[in-house]
Amino acid sequence: MIARADFAAIARWVPPNAKVLDLGCGDGSLLKYLKETRNAHGYGIEIADANIIACAGKGVNVIQMDLEAGLSEFEPQSFDFVILSQTLQAMRNIELVVKEILRVGKHGIVTIPNFGYWRHRLQIIGGRMPVSRDLPYQWYDTPNIHLCTFVDFEAFCRDHGVHILERHVMCDGKDVSLLPNLLGNLAVYRFESRG
Amino acid sequence: MHSQPNSVGIITPQTAHFDTPIVLKSGATLDSYDLVYETYGVLNTDKSNAILVCHALSGHHHVAGFHSEQEKRPGWWDNMIGPGKPVDTERFFVVGLNNLGGCHGSTGPSSIDPKTGQPYGKDFPFVTVEDWVEAQTRLADRLGIETFAAIMGGSLGGMQVLSWSILHPQRVRHALVIAAAPWLTAQNIAFNDVARQAILTDPDFHGGNFYQHGVIPRRGLRLARMLGHITYLSDDVMGEKFGRILKNEVFQFGYGVEFEVESYLRYQGDKFADSFDANTYLLMTKALDYFDPTHHHRSSLSAALKPASADFLVVSFTSDWRFAPSRSREIVKALLDNNLNVSYAEITAAHGHDAFLMPDPHYHRLVRTYMSNAAEELGL
Repeated sequence: MIARADFAAIARWVPPNAKVLDLGCGDGSLLKYLKETRNAHGYGIEIADANIIACAGKGVNVIQMDLEAGLSEFEPQSFDFVILSQTLQAMRNIELVVKEILRVGKHGIVTIPNFGYWRHRLQIIGGRMPVSRDLPYQWYDTPNIHLCTFVDFEAFCRDHGVHILERHVMCDGKDVSLLPNLLGNLAVYRFESRG
Repeated sequence: MHSQPNSVGIITPQTAHFDTPIVLKSGATLDSYDLVYETYGVLNTDKSNAILVCHALSGHHHVAGFHSEQEKRPGWWDNMIGPGKPVDTERFFVVGLNNLGGCHGSTGPSSIDPKTGQPYGKDFPFVTVEDWVEAQTRLADRLGIETFAAIMGGSLGGMQVLSWSILHPQRVRHALVIAAAPWLTAQNIAFNDVARQAILTDPDFHGGNFYQHGVIPRRGLRLARMLGHITYLSDDVMGEKFGRILKNEVFQFGYGVEFEVESYLRYQGDKFADSFDANTYLLMTKALDYFDPTHHHRSSLSAALKPASADFLVVSFTSDWRFAPSRSREIVKALLDNNLNVSYAEITAAHGHDAFLMPDPHYHRLVRTYMSNAAEELGL
């Protein structure tokens, strides 16, 4: 499961007892992992009913609300880390969510799949939209409406006052250091507000 | 029929008598009083598996099961509580009581005042959510329960849960606040006052001492309940249930029952007027109006909840306009501000405020999952 590699990378950056907010927390696996490995005090935000139940079953705090509406319940700088794990590409208003991450959290952590991964590029050259293990959907049923490459994301950060502190690129769970935008299919970024 | 496997079965209510005077928030004192209650399941040896259920406006101690083989309808939250139900009485010991001022066996306006030998009537003191919590702590003491595994309630019951978590944080492990609000809005107080005016202006009310006149303010109670009922349902569910269906096929051009919705409301009003005490209704609505842990906004809700230490499950229902989801989110925000463990679910439901009493599968699955996790965590 590729998510596990992503979890371990995130956990490495989270110090013990940190307060974390996981946006689009799914079934609460990451929060449970951070609680067990880092004694993190965490909350998740989710919209799907089934995931609310899954979180309750794990004893993970979860707030049912629509991320797209912003994070008005949360006070500025009230979290050590605000995490968005493989959710950014499915959001409508990316500028708003990144702004909210920086408002509520001292640090942001974002995990994104790489649209520029070489296998995806090959499929495009072959004339088809990429379908892979990371992007398992067809063009017509994908929830991923804002796909980007690592280079695109980093350009976005430069333009939006987001200061990237660390980046960890992986391919199928293994670290990638050579030609990351070509050979990596998942990256975890840690960032803060510039200035 | 009443021994079905997921029912707590036939239940006999119990009465706890208290001789230690209770000083109420209004300044009045009740020298002695009774609290009627029911219990389901078995209290374990270390008394760590107790759950207190707080009732809403027209509720009482009869939460689950049946009082007799003949009783047609089970307790008011029977779909939630019982063996194998979301609140599983195989694991938990559940306590339901009738609050002070009630009309189902606990001391209230229709009880006999030992000083006069007559019903208290208008002389029964005002009671608040905090007074109820105080009385509930005394019942807990009597039962030997120091800490509740959970305290749960919907609507006004949810307000009691909030109050417990603030006044006795060490005695509440989990707080389930369902379809509640941190205080009533002006619109809500307005609805309550119209209901009260219906009762207070009924000629049969006799200033609250109608018992001595051998009458009850039926018209007032009936109107109060009809109004309340409209606000507990959603426009959608009323439309779906009744639409514009007529009892007869043609208009009667009269003021009798013509539309199905009229028939339904009048039936509900009549049923209520026959079974509920008018003075209790007045007291309960005032308790709702008075509840405000922020002391009328002089402090924030976050500051008010500072003493709380329980883990919270807050639940609202999409079509509830009397205690709307936004009101539950105010509670959630205050809990988040205090770094408390909290989960919040907004249940998609058509039934308005009444949805908290309905057996919605997702809602019940959530409570079941939450309580099951709580049980494991508590080693039950």
